Amino acid sequence: MPERTATIASRSGLHARPAALFAEAAGESPVEVTIAMRGEPAEDALDAASILSLMTLGAAKGDVVVLRAEGDGADAALDSLVTLLETDLDAE
Amino acid sequence: MQNFQGVGVSPGRVIGTIRQMPKPVSEPPSGEQLAASTTAEEAVAGLKAAAQSVHDELKARADKASGDGKAVLEATALMAKDTMLLKSATKLINNNGSSAERAIWEAGASVSEMLHNLGGYMAERATDVLDVRARIVAELRGVPAPGIPASDTPFILVAEDLAPADTATLDPAVVTALVTSGGGPQSHTAIIARSLGLPAVVAARGVDEIPDGAEVFVDGAAGSLSLEPSEEQRAAALAWVENAATLAVFDGNGTTADGHLVPLLANVGGAKDAAAAAALGAQGVGLFRTEFCFLERDTEPTVVEQAAAYRGVFDAFPGKKVVLRTLDAGADKPLPFLTDATEPNPALGVRGYRTDFTTPGVLERQLEAIAIAAGESEADVWVMAPMISTAAEAAHFASMCDAAGIKTPGVMVEVPSAALTSASVLRHVGFASLGTNDLTQYAMAADRQLGPLAELNTPWQPAVLRLVQLTVAGSAEEGNNKPVGVCGEAAADPALAVVLVGLGVSTLSMTARSLAAVGTVLKTVTLEQAQELARLALSAPDALDAKAWVRAKLPILEELGL
Repeated sequence: MPERTATIASRSGLHARPAALFAEAAGESPVEVTIAMRGEPAEDALDAASILSLMTLGAAKGDVVVLRAEGDGADAALDSLVTLLETDLDAE
Repeated sequence: MQNFQGVGVSPGRVIGTIRQMPKPVSEPPSGEQLAASTTAEEAVAGLKAAAQSVHDELKARADKASGDGKAVLEATALMAKDTMLLKSATKLINNNGSSAERAIWEAGASVSEMLHNLGGYMAERATDVLDVRARIVAELRGVPAPGIPASDTPFILVAEDLAPADTATLDPAVVTALVTSGGGPQSHTAIIARSLGLPAVVAARGVDEIPDGAEVFVDGAAGSLSLEPSEEQRAAALAWVENAATLAVFDGNGTTADGHLVPLLANVGGAKDAAAAAALGAQGVGLFRTEFCFLERDTEPTVVEQAAAYRGVFDAFPGKKVVLRTLDAGADKPLPFLTDATEPNPALGVRGYRTDFTTPGVLERQLEAIAIAAGESEADVWVMAPMISTAAEAAHFASMCDAAGIKTPGVMVEVPSAALTSASVLRHVGFASLGTNDLTQYAMAADRQLGPLAELNTPWQPAVLRLVQLTVAGSAEEGNNKPVGVCGEAAADPALAVVLVGLGVSTLSMTARSLAAVGTVLKTVTLEQAQELARLALSAPDALDAKAWVRAKLPILEELGL
């Protein structure tokens, strides 16, 4: 299954506005994407399109998360989501 | 004609029809099952449709909103069709045969509790989940959504109390006044109303029984709401429209009737505020709170970052005075890298200037950033330290400013000891600014944030006015004409502003929306009359009398509805 790691760049971590922007982008991608903290088992991964899941994940700035997806377009979708996580969305 | 009396928290006289804020959505009974005629699939489909339509409505409102309100609404809209929430509700419908209403209610409760337990920012969002849940249940039941009614025609909003989330959806072009049955002068409703300049009355018992569509008269200064408005009240509302036009514009010249100049300055918290204040005619900034640069951060911002942020405010006032207050952390404004959250008495703890005792360096770097920003801008930058208690502290702060290359150091007078020894304190610095909110809290030994102590916590207390007088007298004794200004809430009250001028205060700094009202009232009195009113207020036995006596001598307040 394609997967990527990403380091959270937003100052406030993955909640508030960054979480909303990321959940929306994940919801628009053609495949289902999951998110987990690095080192956690894949079966405990959460739905990346769920803002509530992202908030309970509690990823802070500098934390590393793992994104996973399967199917057509998975690689492209993961790449663009990684870029989003590695951008400081609070700065915009 | 029936009258409802509450507490006026924001002036203005209007006539309009009322709309009640819909009652909170009631909890679907525990164990409520699917109706016999409904299959689980139908219930799930219905829930999804309701969630979608709640999402769409919130999204549409987000598109119309701006700033922080927009971000909150966008996040809330996403929660409405969140997979985590809907999956757990769907499970309850499929496995337990719960009704859709009960299922989403329980699913929302557990998600909200999870967020609540995470604490901090997440805990604050827990109420958003409950709001979304209530909206979905209302949609399923076919009753009006909770929150401010959507309407294209203007109305007076009546509610029990407003929540912070309501601010985002409150359109001042549609809502012409706020009246609540609950809340108090420091409630959220009051804060929202003042910042939007909407007439408002709080704690008016019984108003929630008034039917929708009733025509009423609201007087935000008197704190009253009347049914079946009289001819007199209609005339008063018409007059307010004209007054409001004058009271919206400050001519940028603070003066008494006989030409004694009292510059009227603005309190700002960042570049956006500063630009708005400049547009409203502020003659400068009397209090630039620098906390915005530091709040919600785990580490100290760099000197370069700080300098850029300060520039944003300085640049809004080229050639004018900008009084910057150095970081005022502690008490109700904790900062993880600076303050100790475990202090038993944070208001009496290491806060304001005192954080330099325990964490030296932060203030020094802030002064360095201020000096850089001041050097690059055309504003006349003055810098003051909060919570100065002794002359020695003032001297130390002045030497730090000098080392950083800051020309005009000053102190906030908010600790009674600084007011009582202001002559020695002022010997070391160039000016003083009275922070009346904290000065009142410390003089009266009454926590600002406690509702039951609200009566003690007013700057109309004769003891507080006496401390103002002593601070001014100390400056005269010092002998170099060093200015003593006021930058607390007191300056925004037109009647109290006159008293402060009478006490010898040289500048008044306030929320920019109050500039025009204060300026208008100040122009109607001579300095001698202001001094007479100050003597009157000082001689009053308590705050209520002080206020009543002074207001009785200023008929313009009643005339303008202030």
